[in-house]
Amino acid sequence: MTEGVARFWREIPHRYRLLGSKCDSCGRVFFPPRVLCPECRRKGNISRVALSGKGKIYSYTIVKDGANGFERQVPYVIALIKLEEGPLVAGQIVDCSPDEVEVGKPVELVFRRVSEDGEEGIIYYGYKFRLAEEEN
Amino acid sequence: MKAGIVSYGIYIPMYRITAREIAKIWGKDPKEIENGLLIKEKSVPGIDEDTVTISVEAARNCIKRVRVDPSEIGAIFVGSESHPYAVKPTATIVGEAIGATPEMTAADYEFACKAGTAGIQTSLGLVNSGMIKYGLAIGADTAQGAPGDPLEYSASAGGAAFLIGSKDKIAEVLDTYSFTTDTPDFWRREGKAYPRHAGRFTGAPAYFKHIISASRGIMERNSIEPKEIDYVVFHQPNGKFPMRAAKLLGFEKEQYLPGIVVTQIGNTYSASSLIGLSAVLDVCNGGEKVLLTSFGSGAGSDSFLLEVTDKIVEIKDKAPKFSEFIRRKKYLSYGEYLKLSGKIKLS
Repeated sequence: MTEGVARFWREIPHRYRLLGSKCDSCGRVFFPPRVLCPECRRKGNISRVALSGKGKIYSYTIVKDGANGFERQVPYVIALIKLEEGPLVAGQIVDCSPDEVEVGKPVELVFRRVSEDGEEGIIYYGYKFRLAEEEN
Repeated sequence: MKAGIVSYGIYIPMYRITAREIAKIWGKDPKEIENGLLIKEKSVPGIDEDTVTISVEAARNCIKRVRVDPSEIGAIFVGSESHPYAVKPTATIVGEAIGATPEMTAADYEFACKAGTAGIQTSLGLVNSGMIKYGLAIGADTAQGAPGDPLEYSASAGGAAFLIGSKDKIAEVLDTYSFTTDTPDFWRREGKAYPRHAGRFTGAPAYFKHIISASRGIMERNSIEPKEIDYVVFHQPNGKFPMRAAKLLGFEKEQYLPGIVVTQIGNTYSASSLIGLSAVLDVCNGGEKVLLTSFGSGAGSDSFLLEVTDKIVEIKDKAPKFSEFIRRKKYLSYGEYLKLSGKIKLS
């Protein structure tokens, strides 16, 4: 089970640091990072930008029948987060019970284990979110 | 010396289990356990937390307090006895997650509960020699105690990160001194899930001998008396040991109580004395003298004589303090604790 290692490694900057991209011509921010601005095309000017990880819950679902490797975590929350910088990003909301989650609540970035290739394989780390204590 | 502490940051998982809840399962008298260990509750890592994630969160809280570009960090050392990989460093993951890579060196340290302070000493040396501008030393653990073992009441999870540099210091390191012997008081063999310990042997010939010798050594070398020191912080395997060591050395309650964190979070192993130091820095305003002495089984102690500068006031409110990690918590039943700790095997 090592075929996913190279792909994961390529995605480390955005999985670990929430590194997105920004079109300096129109100001749009992308996550995951894009290499070309779909609006400005050739006139666009893309640069890398680290996102704050602060945002609000745009929508969410409660998973009661967990995916492989997530059995011990049910019920857990997968949400779409509207980041302060603009992009919508999907991620798990941790350290809360599902009934604390509401659309519009502020969240902040946390660094967690996401999955692993069994007991002997690589551990995949990355971003998740938790409810923020104060309004962003 | 030229090198000192530039910033600090901690992380403690939000889950807790009380000593009372564990005692109930094993038919022990909860009061006897609480009074014997002076531990009310301990932190427990979330199901998706480990030494890597705790180290990253502590490092981010450390960086948050200062305007240091992470790419200027020339070395990262992570001390732990619970690195998730036997081979593959925790420190590289931390380096990538905070944006310090690739022009840096990195290594994982292991010396039971004192590997974090070993990382601080290494960083001090590298900064003093001019080899690096900043070094980041982290002590973090998700400690394991076998079910039913006395360690189960104390072995907890947490991390502390210290940024070492020579400019804008929040604390001068006046001196550091170590005391090390080969003492088999506590160990874990390769591939084994839980450590073994030599019971009462962990006290006098191990913890007390090393903590007291290192603390006396650094005070004598610097001609400083306990009464001239504002705060003293020791490694905290339980509440009784550091308090007894402090009394034996001639310190009073107001000098050692602010650095006692074990009563509320348990023994965070490599992070234990460093979270204690962080709790003390949280209440400093500049000018305080602090004595820090770690202890790692096997065995050794690293002592540091620190003098806090006025800069502490500018940075201490910029990241969560110890008191904030204590406020945000969720209690677990023993069954939930077993599930989170991975002690229930699924078919």
